[in-house]
Amino acid sequence: MITIIDYGLGNILAFANVYRRLNVPVKIAKVAADLANASKLILPGVGAFDHAISQLQQSGMRAALDDLVLTRKVPVLGICVGMQMLANGSTEGRLPGLAWIPGTVKEFDVSRLPTHTHLPHMGWNDVRPVKTSPLFIGLEKDARFYFLHSYYFECETKGYVVAEAAYGDDFTCAVNKDNIYGVQFHPEKSHHSGAQLLKNFADI
Amino acid sequence: MLRPRIIPCLLIKDKGLVKTVKFSAPKYVGDPINAVRIFNEKEVDELIVLDIDATSQGTGPDFKLIERLAAECRMPLCYGGGVKSVEQAKRIIGLGVEKVALSSAALAQPSLLRDIADEIGKQSVVVVLDVKKKIFGSRYEVHTHNGKVNTRQCPVEFAANLESLGIGEIVLNSIDNDGIMKGYDLDLIEKVRNVTSAPLSAVGGAGSLADIGKLIHRFGIIGAVAGSLFVFKGVYKAVLINYPPPEEKDRLIQASYIQ
Repeated sequence: MITIIDYGLGNILAFANVYRRLNVPVKIAKVAADLANASKLILPGVGAFDHAISQLQQSGMRAALDDLVLTRKVPVLGICVGMQMLANGSTEGRLPGLAWIPGTVKEFDVSRLPTHTHLPHMGWNDVRPVKTSPLFIGLEKDARFYFLHSYYFECETKGYVVAEAAYGDDFTCAVNKDNIYGVQFHPEKSHHSGAQLLKNFADI
Repeated sequence: MLRPRIIPCLLIKDKGLVKTVKFSAPKYVGDPINAVRIFNEKEVDELIVLDIDATSQGTGPDFKLIERLAAECRMPLCYGGGVKSVEQAKRIIGLGVEKVALSSAALAQPSLLRDIADEIGKQSVVVVLDVKKKIFGSRYEVHTHNGKVNTRQCPVEFAANLESLGIGEIVLNSIDNDGIMKGYDLDLIEKVRNVTSAPLSAVGGAGSLADIGKLIHRFGIIGAVAGSLFVFKGVYKAVLINYPPPEEKDRLIQASYIQ
């Protein structure tokens, strides 16, 4: 069953609502025991990087998640700060990330932004897949998704970059390594495109 | 390309949806959940819901209603009304809301914004400034409690300090233009735009898509928020929830937005 990791951050109900409309059963996990039958994992996240990582540690689910994702290869989708947590670390904080996908999370360089508005990068932007990925099946070219963030994931190698968007410069907005996926935008709040992406993840 | 956002703003009073003129004469326009369902179908960019009783009547946030709204919304939702504490803000985010808006509490105690941002992240903290022009002179003042209390604070000075407190967005609401449908107060918006690089949204006065086009033409990336425009149709203001279809919205932005 698709299991949404509830460690006290992120819009758990929004994911549950989208999947309910898609008739896909979901479960919400608050403690390690709730993760037992997970066949897919959703890792949401909002707010500051260190706060999110320490909340996840305190939830007591970290060891079970490492086992599910790294040993049993259960597909996982990190969203927004949940995606950033997949990295080795972030310039926003000091704590190490999950280090499931090699990379570092960095703040946008505001001097490169053409707009009067700087950060956060807020609103609807085009998402441009740079390689084939099951996440983007059935989505129109340059599908739009809702973004709300000030930091982005910089992969150590291009091989893990799945999609890019432009804010000043192009930045990575979707990553994948083996069974591990991450998107910077919010599919749970991105109308038909978001529902399609979440359905695609359910179908992996 | 990041696009300017076009956002309906819904006002809640006695659990129903209302639309005001200059913050007065609330007219019942329907059921909030039903309106959200229609806005889902129309794929609106975002939604702002403000409970105009919560502070002025002292009732506080209606968590049951917020939970139902959040469950229904397939787009980002900003809730405002009666939020006065970190706990309330956390609870609202936990119900599935993306952004929490503060007004009177932020004016009374700006440091509260930082405390809330520490818990929910600054991207989710919104400050709503209800602004009225003084009858004599060109000075603007921020009002709270649904326009009833004049804080005498200058919105431009107040906005200039907000970014350092940790906020994700400023919503600038013109009381004088509310429900008038004759266009946004572009001078007021420009004054605030010049003192902050935080995301800015403007509400009050939009009477047509052309008004939104003018706003985007002048300010580029901005939140164009409207109440009356998206709940009324025609000169007699018949209640009809509406929003430009995607192609029309794209055309409007293409014609107005100079990068």
